[in-house]
Amino acid sequence: MNVIAIWSIYRYEMARFFRTILQSFISPVISTSLYFVVFGTAIGSRIQEVEGVSYGAFIVPGLIMLSVMMQSISNASFAIYFPKFIGTIYEILSAPVNFLEVVVGYVGAAATKSLFIGLVILGTASLFVDLSIAHPLAMLAFLVLTCISFALMGFIIGIWAKNFEQLQLVPMLIVTPLVFLGGAFYSTSMLPPVWQTVTLFNPVVYLISGFRWAFFEQADVPVGLSLLAIAGFTALCLGVIWWIFRSGWRLRD
Amino acid sequence: MAPILQIKNLRKTYEGGFEALKGVSLDIEEGEIIALLGPNGAGKTTLISTLCGITIPTSGNATVGGFDIQRDFRAARNLIGLVPQEIALEQFETVGNAVRLTRGLFGKRRDDAHIDKVLGQLSLLDKKGVRTMALSGGMKRRVLIAKALSHDPRVLFLDEPTAGVDVSLRKEMWEVVAELKRDGVTIILTTHYLEEAEAIADRIAVINKGEILLVEETDKLMQRLGKKQLIVDLRDPLAEIPAALAGFDLALGAEGRCLIYTYDTQSERTGITRLLSELAATGINLRDLSTRQDSLEEIFVGLVREDAA
Ligand SMILES: Nc1ncnc2c1ncn2[C@@H]1O[C@H](COP(=O)(O)OP(=O)(O)OP(=O)(O)O)[C@@H](O)[C@H]1O
Ligand SMILES: [Mg+2]
Repeated sequence: MNVIAIWSIYRYEMARFFRTILQSFISPVISTSLYFVVFGTAIGSRIQEVEGVSYGAFIVPGLIMLSVMMQSISNASFAIYFPKFIGTIYEILSAPVNFLEVVVGYVGAAATKSLFIGLVILGTASLFVDLSIAHPLAMLAFLVLTCISFALMGFIIGIWAKNFEQLQLVPMLIVTPLVFLGGAFYSTSMLPPVWQTVTLFNPVVYLISGFRWAFFEQADVPVGLSLLAIAGFTALCLGVIWWIFRSGWRLRD
Repeated sequence: MAPILQIKNLRKTYEGGFEALKGVSLDIEEGEIIALLGPNGAGKTTLISTLCGITIPTSGNATVGGFDIQRDFRAARNLIGLVPQEIALEQFETVGNAVRLTRGLFGKRRDDAHIDKVLGQLSLLDKKGVRTMALSGGMKRRVLIAKALSHDPRVLFLDEPTAGVDVSLRKEMWEVVAELKRDGVTIILTTHYLEEAEAIADRIAVINKGEILLVEETDKLMQRLGKKQLIVDLRDPLAEIPAALAGFDLALGAEGRCLIYTYDTQSERTGITRLLSELAATGINLRDLSTRQDSLEEIFVGLVREDAA
């Protein structure tokens, strides 16, 4: 295991983050505040409570998940696309590192950044609403796992993308709808039965549900199933990346 | 001692079916400088990329320091430093950080004293804290070299190290290469220019269309290239070369109508004056004189013909 290489990639990537730490901090604070103004005030005045939780508090887990998923994908996809684009990827490809070391370095840094943003949102939200977290450790575990698994997915997108448009395409066309339809801002139990069944095919539902359970002990699907889903998703992404590095697809051709 | 780099029948077919390497075999001894000389698209970069792990060979294999580049990729790559043909640097990163990253990727602990030494060697020490976007093209190329040297490689690949570099800097670059050789580093460099290869390489490998056409010690190749021919057209055909002219490197041309004298342009005396007076003394009448020199291309063509025969 080339630990020094992992650490070097991680630190190099984090340095980029720290150069723009103020932006990284301010933009989630602002966007979270906006969500509370729009959703919390406008919609919250009509829906007071969802299953015994005030609507303002109810949307917090969904809000965090939404940002964390998007951030993880964009951080990781950019992190690997950028060296491909400017040509510095040669360094990674010719270094004595295996796929796991490269992934841990890049995905670790991308996940750290989005974890930071998730926590900033959580902090901002607690200024607007009363939040109590029933299972803090489980909450943190779900958050970290989501950061990692979506960063892995972003990493794949970054390798796959041949231009900047493609880099934006998957998050916009696939992830955003899945998140919005994944119960970020409502409980799936509020939907008609047919749609409740349909949402069960949306993987994001399992993540948001598990995360929300850690806050309020209420879930759309059993917690165990949520954990299983996220573990399965992580394993799938790792498998794909392993194959990419073995075959050289879009990296070594 | 076993060659530090052994390439056996290496082939690379790119996606789309283009065969850029058609079975390259080459042994490189530790501590030597070898120049890969060839025109655009010859496959020089492809060969280097394949050896360094940037592309996957279609077939064949290679070892670096005895380690297979695919099976023992870690051990093999640990020995290698690579300076790519295209300048690729992150604009906002400082020179120091860029060099540090490469060292880290090769699993070596941070060592600022060593990095300072390498930067100093390349006259870049005062640029350590400067962002790479503020450097000139020649400086950027030297940063790439510094990165490649950051982990003390035993084998250094330099893909066109002097492209876009001015004359004085080119000399400086050659100096750096010579210094590395003194440290025992094996160097494989590519170039389009025979003069460059001649100036620094111990051996020259000529590569064209994905094949190595010739590998020869620089001196010998230059001797071969330094040979010139004087063609003496005769008024009356000769049946054989007269005994009086036996001391000259002479051949009889088609139908005995000309004599071909091969001489070395680089030697002090070409022997032409002596030959001409001997010819006059033996009573041979001349019709015309001309000279001819084998160019590198002609040597290629000759080689290709030999291949085909
Ligand atoms: N990624 C690629 N996909 C398809 N063909 C490629 C690729 N890279 C190189 N080639 C082709 O392989 C051949 C050899 O290219 P290579 O870059 O190795 O040449 P070179 O000898 O380094 O040339 P130059 O002196 O111009 O740098 C060329 O015909 C080129 O078009
Ligand atoms: Mg080239």
